[in-house]
Amino acid sequence: MDLLSPIKDHYSERRLFIGRVAMASTIGLLLLGAVVARLVQLQIFDHEMFAEQSQGNRFRIEAVPPTRGLIFDRKGRVLAENLPAYQLELIPEQVDDLGDTLTRLAELELIAAEDIEHFRELARSGPRFKPVTLNLRLTDEEIANFAIQRPRFPGVDFQPRLVRHYPNGEAIAHAVGYVGALSKRDLQNLEQSDYAGTAHTGKTGVESSYEADLHGDVGYNNVVTNALGRQVPADSSEAVDALPSDESPAPGDDIYLSLDLDLQLLATKALQGKRGAIVAIDPHSGEILALVSAPSFDPNMFAVGMTTSEYASLQNDPAQPLFNRAIRGAYPPGSTIKPMLSIAALEVGATSVTRKTMCVGYFMLPNTTHRYRDWKPQGHGEVDLLGAISQSCDVYFYEVSADLGIDNIHKYLDQFGLGHGTGIDISGEHRGLVPSREWKKNAFSERTDQRWYNGETVIASIGQGYMLATPLQLANAIAGLATRGTRYQPRLVAATQNTITGERTMYPAKRLDDIRLNDESHWDAVIHAMREVMHGIHGTARAAGANSAYEMAGKSGTAQVYTVAQEDEYDEDEIDILLRDHALFVSFAPVEDPRIAVAVVVENGSSGSRVAAPIARQIMDEYLGYGSNAGE
Amino acid sequence: MRENDSKLLDTGRTAPLGEFGRLLRRLNIDGPLLGGLLLICGLGLVVLYSAVGENMRLLLNQLIRLGVAIVGMLVIAQFSPDFLRRWTPWGFAAGLVLLVLVLTTGEVGMGARRWLDLGIRFQPSEAMKLAVPMMAAWYLHDRRLPPRFGELMLLTVMIVVPTILIARQPDLGTALLVAASGLIVIVLAGLPIRLMITLAVLSVPGAFGLWQLMEDYQKQRVLTLIDPNSDPLGAGYNIIQSKIAIGSGGLFGKGWTNGSQAHLEYLPERDTDFIFAVIGEEMGLLGVLSLLVLYIFVVGRGLYIAMQAPDTYSRLLAGSISLTFFVYVFVNTAMVTGLVPVVGVPLPLVSFGGTSMVTLMAGFGILMSIHSHRKLLPH
Repeated sequence: MDLLSPIKDHYSERRLFIGRVAMASTIGLLLLGAVVARLVQLQIFDHEMFAEQSQGNRFRIEAVPPTRGLIFDRKGRVLAENLPAYQLELIPEQVDDLGDTLTRLAELELIAAEDIEHFRELARSGPRFKPVTLNLRLTDEEIANFAIQRPRFPGVDFQPRLVRHYPNGEAIAHAVGYVGALSKRDLQNLEQSDYAGTAHTGKTGVESSYEADLHGDVGYNNVVTNALGRQVPADSSEAVDALPSDESPAPGDDIYLSLDLDLQLLATKALQGKRGAIVAIDPHSGEILALVSAPSFDPNMFAVGMTTSEYASLQNDPAQPLFNRAIRGAYPPGSTIKPMLSIAALEVGATSVTRKTMCVGYFMLPNTTHRYRDWKPQGHGEVDLLGAISQSCDVYFYEVSADLGIDNIHKYLDQFGLGHGTGIDISGEHRGLVPSREWKKNAFSERTDQRWYNGETVIASIGQGYMLATPLQLANAIAGLATRGTRYQPRLVAATQNTITGERTMYPAKRLDDIRLNDESHWDAVIHAMREVMHGIHGTARAAGANSAYEMAGKSGTAQVYTVAQEDEYDEDEIDILLRDHALFVSFAPVEDPRIAVAVVVENGSSGSRVAAPIARQIMDEYLGYGSNAGE
Repeated sequence: MRENDSKLLDTGRTAPLGEFGRLLRRLNIDGPLLGGLLLICGLGLVVLYSAVGENMRLLLNQLIRLGVAIVGMLVIAQFSPDFLRRWTPWGFAAGLVLLVLVLTTGEVGMGARRWLDLGIRFQPSEAMKLAVPMMAAWYLHDRRLPPRFGELMLLTVMIVVPTILIARQPDLGTALLVAASGLIVIVLAGLPIRLMITLAVLSVPGAFGLWQLMEDYQKQRVLTLIDPNSDPLGAGYNIIQSKIAIGSGGLFGKGWTNGSQAHLEYLPERDTDFIFAVIGEEMGLLGVLSLLVLYIFVVGRGLYIAMQAPDTYSRLLAGSISLTFFVYVFVNTAMVTGLVPVVGVPLPLVSFGGTSMVTLMAGFGILMSIHSHRKLLPH
């Protein structure tokens, strides 16, 4: 028997084992003795205290939500504030028949009938003593109405609460964002106990990305309640002695944005009834002065809460009001990239200030028959760089692109910040796209699609084809050109302020890599040409630049939504509105000392110089002190 | 394994139960152990009914799990210890592979990777609660005891590797139990007392090292233990509320389904990790002491079986299973009463949930197998 093999001493092993079991049992009984002693302490000696806490007067720790920080514009005008309002709450444990109560509330039109199921689910999933918010903002009329009916609704009551309010909601919706009801998914990314008692959290824009600053720290009160859950004064019970002391909440920080409310309002008005976006940047700091996307929406609807159908109609609106075109809208930049492209071409020697080209209205690559059309069918005649930019001659750039090549196009546009995120301090921006050989290889699966074709370089030279940029990217790229190569990360938040100490934390400008040219005079040539766009006798946007008190530099662009077949004539009237070209415009001013760079995109606006440029002019007039509000 | 049946000796130590006793014997069932377990489970179901808010559907759920676990126990009791021993290393190796798979491909639930989807969802860490002590016992089976230093080193590796894999999931509670079950085997095999004391002293810097490895939420639990009031809305809330529940129960309790803490939902996790507080509130000190007596009876019966076991493997394994069961009971009751940090160990056989119950019952199946397959040995 292997058990009795020579090296094993069965008898002594068993004795050893029994000794060890005895030892373990002793330790075990001692440990269990400690638990029993603890139980005796809790259940016999401290029983009175705990019984009081639990039976007669129960205590409950009630979270006190912090006050959310306010948001101001650069001149200290309030963009987001907290207003007192009454909300309707239901405490599940005090309601006898949940379904019946909700149905009757719906009959009084205090809640929407379609949301009954949603609230029923909410009331069931949380702790039964925790109030469920049914209506975030009651009107005076509704409060009066409900007050009469209140005895019929045990467990339902209205409670005062601060509700986020955006006084100029539509104008700032896409920059400031909005707060909305705290969802389970939000809580996965937030510190749960910090949000006890908080019903809202930032969902988009500054409200979301600066949530940590705005929120503040939760406080708590020890609330003593009677058997029905009603609060009773704390000092009437000795139970509180054993409780942690109260702690007041710490309010969130106030935030100062670089936005200028006047510009926001003006830009919103300029885009009234249109789809598009406007971004204005201070080229010497990256501060965003205006960021507007149209159509917009009322962010107060999210803060107050809306019915399922109201939300659905926002979501399903074909004009996509919730879509932030300023940072998420990726458009073919069209001719607006020509100034950047000219810098590239001058630097690598693909063109010179003196080179001239005969524009006959189209361009053909050697040994091919495909005609790359100019926007002006009869052609611009003989043009140099100045003329090519100021009159926006496509053929000139088609020709230059052959010498420049896609690799250089990619290299320089990349330096201007196109094709990658700008790093703006709100989330969700589109990266845009500057095509390259490498990108194409990775983007397509078919071998023939992976190759880069010369024709693609030609159309890339006028910002068409695969190329995409957001209004924010265009504004920041042109800001980099305005400063002759000094670039900053665009940002909305300029400072935060502690509401208790008043201490202000400034957010310093973040400088990006400079664009360094071999020949600094190339900046002058391009900027001069952009000035001619606004003020030259042939300038495409001379109407928008006329009679300005300062000098502007600009470049219009028209992004094709619809490819015109080779021999067809483009006729605006016959094309469905949604197929019309997007109108783009980039500009900065004053030319000698740039203080503002603006990008304007109007979807299906047809003409950059006629539709987008005047809007940019209005923004600049306003900011530089020549606007309609000037002197007020 | 069947040939042993005829040679089984009725030692007379178990009370003669006539026909019924012989039937149990024939089915390789240990009567006293089964009786103790059923009493605990019965009491558990009664308490659970109250803790889940008198929800029959959830109770039925638990009853089905319990049925499956008991059937599992009875099936395992039919395999002889020799058979189990032969398969031990393979089971252990498979368990390790599955643990690695969990870390690399497992499903994430509640912020941790614990589940593996192999047709049925399954937690390999649970199986390791048995595989680790089985492996340690297997290794020591043919060796002369007490183990020598080199052997102890190898045993340490056998225990530490799965423990670290489980702690990384992260599942501190299970890692702790797996480590304990393996460590108990070594202690029972005769780990020198002097070495034990040295290790205890060394554990101070060890604890410091462990602190560095801990996830933030685990650190928070330890910190909250020291001062539950530091986080009354978060981690400390459970302990504060559970102490109120237990304390307010007094000597006799508030009566079944009358616990206001539990029923007004002040007490979180009242049907799982904190169910002991519900017993304390509703059945009072007498109730919890009765439950503890039942637990002591089951552990005692297990240790008795271990001492009666004929060979090293069975003896060490039976001892480890019984004492690990005790560790469960201690850790849970101590954590609910606020003596040790909340590490997420359920109250065995009572807490709602199936995974740990199946493992526990499988362990008791092994105990039954060891007891009923033992051969008569000369004393």
